[in-house]
Amino acid sequence: MTDISQFQTRLTEAGYVAENDLAATLLLQSKLRRPLLLEGDAGVGKTEVAKTLAKVFDCSLIRLQCYEGLDVNSAVYEWNYQHQLLAIKMQESQGGSLASKEQHIFSEQYLLKRPLLQAITMDTPPVLLVDEIDRADEEFEAYLLEVLSDFQISIPELGTIKASSKPHVILTSNGTRELSDAIRRRCLYHFVDYPSFDKELRIITTRMPEISQRLAGQVVEYVQALRKMDMRKIPGVAETLDWAAALLKLNLSSLDKDPELIMNTLVCLLKTKEDHDAITRDVSDRLIARAG
Amino acid sequence: MVSVSQQDDYMLAESLLDRLLGFLRLMRSNGYQLGIQEEIDVMKMAEFSGLLEPRRMRWGLRALLCSCSDDWQRFDELFDAYWKTANRSREQRSSFAKKIDRKNGLGGQQGGGNQVTEADHVEKGDDGDADDGGSKGGASAQASLARTDFRLLADESQMREMERLVERLARQMRRKMTRRQHIQRQGRRIHLRRTIRNSLRYGGTPLELAFMKRKQQVPRLILLLDVSRSMSLYSFLFLRFARGIVEAFKDADAFVYHTRLVHVTDALRERDMTKAREKLALLSAGWSGGTRIGQCLRLFNRDYGRRIVNSRSLVMIVSDGYDTGEPEELVQQLQELKQRARKIVWLNPLLGRVGYEPTACGMQAALPLLDLFASAHNLESLLQLESDLMKL
Repeated sequence: MTDISQFQTRLTEAGYVAENDLAATLLLQSKLRRPLLLEGDAGVGKTEVAKTLAKVFDCSLIRLQCYEGLDVNSAVYEWNYQHQLLAIKMQESQGGSLASKEQHIFSEQYLLKRPLLQAITMDTPPVLLVDEIDRADEEFEAYLLEVLSDFQISIPELGTIKASSKPHVILTSNGTRELSDAIRRRCLYHFVDYPSFDKELRIITTRMPEISQRLAGQVVEYVQALRKMDMRKIPGVAETLDWAAALLKLNLSSLDKDPELIMNTLVCLLKTKEDHDAITRDVSDRLIARAG
Repeated sequence: MVSVSQQDDYMLAESLLDRLLGFLRLMRSNGYQLGIQEEIDVMKMAEFSGLLEPRRMRWGLRALLCSCSDDWQRFDELFDAYWKTANRSREQRSSFAKKIDRKNGLGGQQGGGNQVTEADHVEKGDDGDADDGGSKGGASAQASLARTDFRLLADESQMREMERLVERLARQMRRKMTRRQHIQRQGRRIHLRRTIRNSLRYGGTPLELAFMKRKQQVPRLILLLDVSRSMSLYSFLFLRFARGIVEAFKDADAFVYHTRLVHVTDALRERDMTKAREKLALLSAGWSGGTRIGQCLRLFNRDYGRRIVNSRSLVMIVSDGYDTGEPEELVQQLQELKQRARKIVWLNPLLGRVGYEPTACGMQAALPLLDLFASAHNLESLLQLESDLMKL
């Protein structure tokens, strides 16, 4: 267990408060070198895990943000066309066979590395964050699966590029689409939930050492109560941090000092019109009273 | 474990390993997806973290064996059932664990682990494989169901089958719509890589241009379901249809209306069936009353129209057209909607009945404004709808 708690401390030092089961999973992942799939609602700190991991391992973080229509050209590699065109022009006057010319313009010199290719060709293994994999199309998911199992990428004009180092791969998903069984099987799995009161309090005090214990407690209590209400967009940890920062900027020492002002700062927490309408002054006052 | 001699250590490891393999078999028979690679990784994990630390083993195995939140939630229970009871005497083991043990013995005699899992699948019946298994069994039933008017489905199982089919149909629509549009239109963007390849032949001058086909965007579907009394025989099926649509199309939206208009997309997206039912029950107060289509459309235009209806939107209104409101209002609101949306489709389940003419005032008034007026009384007509939509 000592190595887990050590690892946990390292994570905390890097600014991420992880429960020990997540720390154990991350440690296991770094040993087995399998991708880790993190699932959970938006704003529970999935992306943050990858950033912290990069800090802990002291390596670079390569991020691939997925979206509908993401294709190989923007995820893996692209030829530098302008450069190639110039090269063709310059070669015009020179002799040499067509084959050798072709080989030249399709050499690594003209290759633009996109995140996936970049990740497997680094000297020190980086952390590769494939963010919101559920947004990408199924075809891309299948391609990613291939890369993640073989750690090699084949480029028709150039041949196969083998990984010089296996990156630590973190995939995140918040379930807008069911992922395929194949990709789920390839990955370790961890479900990230909204933090408990204690954990969220620790997160705030870790990130914002200057906040008073009283205000931090109130803020967390308020947000936790808010999460239990039926909201369109449930505030995540990032929102809590934003809000706490805003309150700190306004020099508020506790929530009950100025309930009117609190209403104005709720823009940090409520992100849709419906939610704004739902949290009236009365509701907010009740939440503040409960937060003590 | 320092005090134990090496021999004992070895024995302990051996029996623990056996238990661990037993656990993996248990998980597999409970529907967890794990192959050889997972087994190897479990062994690797055992090698470097040891097996004597229960919490650590729990976390490690959980990360390795789970692959979705459903697995995640069931894991602890299974883990406890297997490992905790093991501490007691063998007789006291839960009947569950016993059953698994017996099966393992059986599998050994037959000489194949595969048979065990297969047998399990059959026994378990449908949970994960409901879709695949169901479609095989229902092939002939499906054919006869296809032409049955939804309102004539009397028995419960037929109803369930139909609901499932309808939901699946909705999901399939997406795949077909994207694919066909992909082939239909040719875009005007140059495919640079191919062009450069072609230009090599001409010394670098791009004489032969290669084009990329543009994938057209999927229409944004908006469903407005009438759940008034006159529609009550159909409304639950259409709700399932809406659920399928909403799941397959990321930006689809669904509303139900009678005398009020209610946004139900979130309730339909809810994966947990009980939660979804709860939410819908909350929303459904006042269902099966009269309809005021025009008024509801006005509410829709006012509250949602600006935000979610755009030139990509295909608005589907499902209603029998029996309206207690004024036809003028309906026409006015439809006109407003038409300005914003790409197409308006009206599905009327009554249209499939022999001898039905759309004589209801509201329906008559609305007809000229619609891009498509179709029946939707059985599965066949819904299938037809798919290709009709493609033609729009």
